[in-house]
Amino acid sequence: MATHTITLTVNGAAHTAQVESRLLLVHLLREVLRLTGTHIGCDTTHCGACTVLLDGEPVKSCTVLAVQADGRQVMTVEGLEKDGKLDPIQEGFMQEHGLQCGYCTPGMMMTGYALLTRNTKPSEREIRQAISGNLCRCTGYVNIVKAVQYAAAKQQ
Amino acid sequence: MEPRTTADVGGMGHAIKRKEDPRFIRGKGTYVDDIQLPGMVYLDIVRSPFAHAKLTAIRTEAALKVPGVLAVITGETLAQFNLHWMPTLMSDTQMVLPTEKVMYQAQEVAGVIATSRYAAADGVEAVEVDYEPLPVVVDPFKALEPGSPVLRTDKKDKKDNRIFHWEVGDKAGTDRAFAEADVRVKQDIYIPRIHVASIETCGCIADFDRVKGRLTVYMTTQAPHAIRTVIALVAGHVGLSEEKIRVISPDIGGGFGGKVPVYPGYVIAVAASVVLGRPVKWIEDRMENLQADSFARDYHITAEIAAKRDGTMTGLRIKTIADHGYADAAANPSKFPAGLFSICTGSYDFQHAFAEVDGVYTNKPPGGIAYRCSFRVTEAVHTIERMTDLLAQQLGMDPAELRLKNFVRKDQFPYRSALGWEYDSGDYHAALKKAMDRIGYAELRKEQAEKRKRGELMGIGISSFTEIVGAGPSKHFDILGIKMFDSAEIRVHPTGKATARFGTKSQGQGHETTYAQIVAEELGIPAAHVEVEEGDTDTAPYGLGTYASRSTATAGAAGAMAARKIREKARKIAAHLLEVSEDDLVWEPGKFSVKGAPQKSKTIQDIAFAAYTNHPQGMEAGLEAVAYYDPPNLTFPFGSYICVVDIDRGTGEVKVRRFVAVDDCGNIINPMIVDGQIHGGLTMGLAPALLEEISYDASGNIQGGSFMDYLLPTAMETPSWETDKTVTPSPHHPLGAKGVGESATVGAPPAIANAVVDALSHLGVRHIDIPITPEKVWRILKEKGVAE
Ligand code: FES
Ligand code: FES
Repeated sequence: MATHTITLTVNGAAHTAQVESRLLLVHLLREVLRLTGTHIGCDTTHCGACTVLLDGEPVKSCTVLAVQADGRQVMTVEGLEKDGKLDPIQEGFMQEHGLQCGYCTPGMMMTGYALLTRNTKPSEREIRQAISGNLCRCTGYVNIVKAVQYAAAKQQ
Repeated sequence: MEPRTTADVGGMGHAIKRKEDPRFIRGKGTYVDDIQLPGMVYLDIVRSPFAHAKLTAIRTEAALKVPGVLAVITGETLAQFNLHWMPTLMSDTQMVLPTEKVMYQAQEVAGVIATSRYAAADGVEAVEVDYEPLPVVVDPFKALEPGSPVLRTDKKDKKDNRIFHWEVGDKAGTDRAFAEADVRVKQDIYIPRIHVASIETCGCIADFDRVKGRLTVYMTTQAPHAIRTVIALVAGHVGLSEEKIRVISPDIGGGFGGKVPVYPGYVIAVAASVVLGRPVKWIEDRMENLQADSFARDYHITAEIAAKRDGTMTGLRIKTIADHGYADAAANPSKFPAGLFSICTGSYDFQHAFAEVDGVYTNKPPGGIAYRCSFRVTEAVHTIERMTDLLAQQLGMDPAELRLKNFVRKDQFPYRSALGWEYDSGDYHAALKKAMDRIGYAELRKEQAEKRKRGELMGIGISSFTEIVGAGPSKHFDILGIKMFDSAEIRVHPTGKATARFGTKSQGQGHETTYAQIVAEELGIPAAHVEVEEGDTDTAPYGLGTYASRSTATAGAAGAMAARKIREKARKIAAHLLEVSEDDLVWEPGKFSVKGAPQKSKTIQDIAFAAYTNHPQGMEAGLEAVAYYDPPNLTFPFGSYICVVDIDRGTGEVKVRRFVAVDDCGNIINPMIVDGQIHGGLTMGLAPALLEEISYDASGNIQGGSFMDYLLPTAMETPSWETDKTVTPSPHHPLGAKGVGESATVGAPPAIANAVVDALSHLGVRHIDIPITPEKVWRILKEKGVAE
């Protein structure tokens, strides 16, 4: 199996890694860089538990090869809190009870965060549409929608 | 109920924010796959492509040559240690790895251990297995026919595929009620096989320390203590004895019952760790999870209801064929092969009822009850709530009116049902009336009538369910002989803060918060100062775990009882400190004060300090207690749900326009968390009603074995749930609480199904089996000539 040397920035820090061609980005993040906040919930790109931002766009990191992230910026859930201050999306999930088991939560928050960077005042429908690629089995989504609305209001 | 404690203390009734959230919103939870141990290796599993086949050869040479592969474990390997079979929780047996034949598609055939998960997957590809296909039995009715191939050839005396026949009730009396009835309604109802699909799949790390002879298993389990005992029972003969086994259940990404059973993967990982002397991680992927793990439902029901012309229900008769797959591995309490299905008389005052269930073996994975439900209650509720609507339709009566007429009345509680349960408390009329007011029932019926004239399809569906949870009293409830009590241990430290440990295990329910609130309620120590721990068998007291909505009902009660023991000791210490007699003290949350002299008081913090620094002579130091709570009865949460649907005549798509849920779970610990549980439960009720089903083709090939075709509701299909409540405390629970985790999953499906049938009833539609997919509806519309 061929290996490659890649360099990428994760949550602002530069990393160089030697990776097999087939290594998935999610495994690079979780097992090599030990950023385990990004989760895995399926094998068909449906659940969104693995969602991270690649150059600011939400992607399902189980469906991106590590080599595809070479030279690019990755942001994971661990990058949301800045200087000991929670991001509004994190606050929103806590305040609105937008999480239960917490397994879908990092992916949900990354999707919500990305939505708010391109749409500062999303409607309920727009929020539901944005998170429709992220499955949650616990919350019934109502409070996740509220969590995103909370963050949107906070950022106004 | 007004909270008795201040918001700072945060006892019962306060919507305090969850103590578990700060780690989860930072991505700092610790789920099993997040744990990496030094020297850890990976297990991946070879699975059968056939549903029923003889194993003729397993060739491992090529796999062993794959770089990184360390070992291949087969049934033969395990047979050397007599570990190739294991008991199920229902005292049946199940293969860990086969030596002779496979019994369902995706069954475990061999385990490959390698230095990375990629290498393990390469190894799985390289294992060659020869199979000789055998006739497949998919249909449980055919399985019961004489001449059907007998599946469990491992059981010497087994001559057919029937697992059990179970019946309950007064058959003769019920038959008489039917003979005398003015009206009879009969319906076949199929409740399909579904899968919980928690977003985290199952997995473990088995870590055997050869020097100490100690096994630590990190595992996605809802019942860590029970698992420890099972491991000791299964592998005691090879030296794993219970004091040397530690099961740690870390953060769990949703369980819903799917993380109760013992799956072969866990056992293979343990065996591999013992053999290799290294930690072995096994994490199943989603397809393995859907195809091989425990399922739920698969009940083929024939139900009949007898009534008088005025709508009074007089008899209920139910016959069910239960497809259990190739082993009886439903995690029911031992004495209840059909779980608590006998709650099927529901919220109605039947004089006579009779139910029977036959469990059947087929070539499918084993399981039966793993879907956010207290042992077959969902099947029971769906049946009675559908039948009630069928009766209303037959009589031309409004379904709300029929329910109000037949409900068990408030003054009948405690109420003994025709099938033998003693319902603890309820006010069914109040809940339904509240739901009707909230949704505007009368106006909706008017709207529906107008829409019908215009050819539009709109339906209103009701479900007034009664749950039965909190298993259970030791007289009747055990799993593998272990009584279904649960436990709590509270230690109050010298500085007045506390650690509380429980025998249950949260999988998202928020126990770290709600249990702390119970301690706060009983002792007045702020919930913020109570650290809750669960899931480590080395530290937590023995308990049966979290499922069947039993945590609040059992371990929560144990928490209250342990706290009360502490309070009694605290009273003695306070009397000593205040130099008064114990009888002269009054308790309010957080302090004892002297009767008539309230300025003379000692806080629980003062008392805790004294318990270690200045305790009365002759008293043991410390302020700790353990309680094992054996509930005197089950609890019976209930509620009324009303759903409004609109149906697209072009596509057959059902849209849930509104859904009002009025729940009554007794006294509430944390209203925010209860609301969240109901939202989630409703969504897991919507799922099987409209989307989810696992079926098999004639060759036993699974349909719905990945998220491509097993459809979980997304935010788009899920409506904005509207919740409300009534509060009828349980008279026998120390906190008056009942439990709530599963009510909504149990109550929601018939509300939705009833709404859809209601929308189509004027076309002559009486019943549709769930899931009510657009295709099913469209076919009906086409047949009735109304499809656009
Ligand atoms: S793990 Fe499910 S979409 Fe990536
Ligand atoms: S909180 Fe459990 S899956 Fe979303």
